[in-house]
Amino acid sequence: MFADRINRALRRLPAWPVYLLALAHVIWLIWLGATGGLGIEPIEALEHALGLTGLKLMIAALAVTPLRRFAGINLLRFRRALGLTTFFYVTVHLLVWLVLDIGDPAAIWADIVKRPYITVGMAGFVLLVPLAITSNDWSVRRLGPGWRRLQRLSYPAALLGASHYVMLSKGFQLQPMAYLAAVLALLALRLPWKRWRREIPTA
Amino acid sequence: GLAGITASPARAETLEPNSWDDITSYNNFYEFGTRKDDPKANAGGMTTTPWSIRLDGMVDRPGTYDLAQILPQMMIEDRIYRLRCVEAWSMVVPWQGFELADLLDLAGVQDGARYVAFETLLRRDEMPGTRYPVLDWPYVEGLRLDEARHPLTIMATGIYGKPLPNQNGAPLRLVVPWKYGFKSIKSVVRITLTDSEPPTSWNKAAPGEYGFYSNVNPNVDHPRWSQKAERRIGGGLFAKKVPTLMFNGYEQDVAGLYDGMDLARHF
Repeated sequence: MFADRINRALRRLPAWPVYLLALAHVIWLIWLGATGGLGIEPIEALEHALGLTGLKLMIAALAVTPLRRFAGINLLRFRRALGLTTFFYVTVHLLVWLVLDIGDPAAIWADIVKRPYITVGMAGFVLLVPLAITSNDWSVRRLGPGWRRLQRLSYPAALLGASHYVMLSKGFQLQPMAYLAAVLALLALRLPWKRWRREIPTA
Repeated sequence: GLAGITASPARAETLEPNSWDDITSYNNFYEFGTRKDDPKANAGGMTTTPWSIRLDGMVDRPGTYDLAQILPQMMIEDRIYRLRCVEAWSMVVPWQGFELADLLDLAGVQDGARYVAFETLLRRDEMPGTRYPVLDWPYVEGLRLDEARHPLTIMATGIYGKPLPNQNGAPLRLVVPWKYGFKSIKSVVRITLTDSEPPTSWNKAAPGEYGFYSNVNPNVDHPRWSQKAERRIGGGLFAKKVPTLMFNGYEQDVAGLYDGMDLARHF
């Protein structure tokens, strides 16, 4: 079967190159920004590239479970790498905003509390922190079933991240809406549709 | 001469213009896409010759005026102006253009006219960005008549002595240096004199965020970001933001237009 063939191929692939690629990509982006390769407004371009890649990785991580359930494709082995690189990109995105974009500590706090899209983005980042900290085998063993519950923080985090993107756009723009729609769809696939269907009384 | 850089202390400093590349590759012109590099990539297909402007509404000589016939009657001057975008970035542009007041006089403004409405070209087959409902096309803008007649308000025809590139609003665009950049409507095809405040595109899209006046004002924040400081384009990855000046540095020239007005309410 098609899915089996994909799964067999995937089993031979290690997960560690994901980390290496992410690190190399971020260094490459910063290098481009510093040397004029990101256009004449490199701070905005760098922020955008980091944030958008973070959102893409988040969506990829959220797609792992539905892909397995509905298509039989097993990417579970890559999920931790996808989650942790999401956190990596979002952290560097945040740092670029803090250090290069705003710079002034007083303005940082004012922006976080006064600007809804920054509040929302920051909340998404905060939710990712416990996920990143517990993304190791020791925590998984230690927390037991609590670890799985904790991982559900990724759902609101993804929603906040995509909303952050929609909220900072000017005018009615399709691309941010498409990302938000993707997140909503991936979350909707997790709702217990079947159970509800079963519980609807047949008159 | 280099008008507009001598009068007030705020502008006594010499403005260092951005490079041609900065000015022509970092643009907001949503008819060609929402990314800053979209206009340069996509605006090449806009036909700008011939070009005519409809002057109508409360004017003595309404009609469609051929730009080629208007230009010889106008006095083209150099004007080095700050351009402050509502998105909190700025650049300095060495424009060539003529005072809007002279164009209005060509048509003859009637008594009772109080506002000037502007409209951008809408040619969907040449403007890929208009396939999406980012804004309610065509782009429209407006000024109060006294703002429009102010000597700092110009219709620009060139940058650095060259004709305006399409991405900068060829062949003729408004430049109002004390207002956020989106007020300086590009590729103008129609100017209408009216007695009531005309609708403006960004105000229609988000009335709580973009007012009719949209004067540069560091004390009135945009609901989603601060307007206290701006990033000068072209400073690279480690450029610090610089403080935004009241009326973009043209306070001495234009503050009088708004005497007695609450600028937080009329933002």
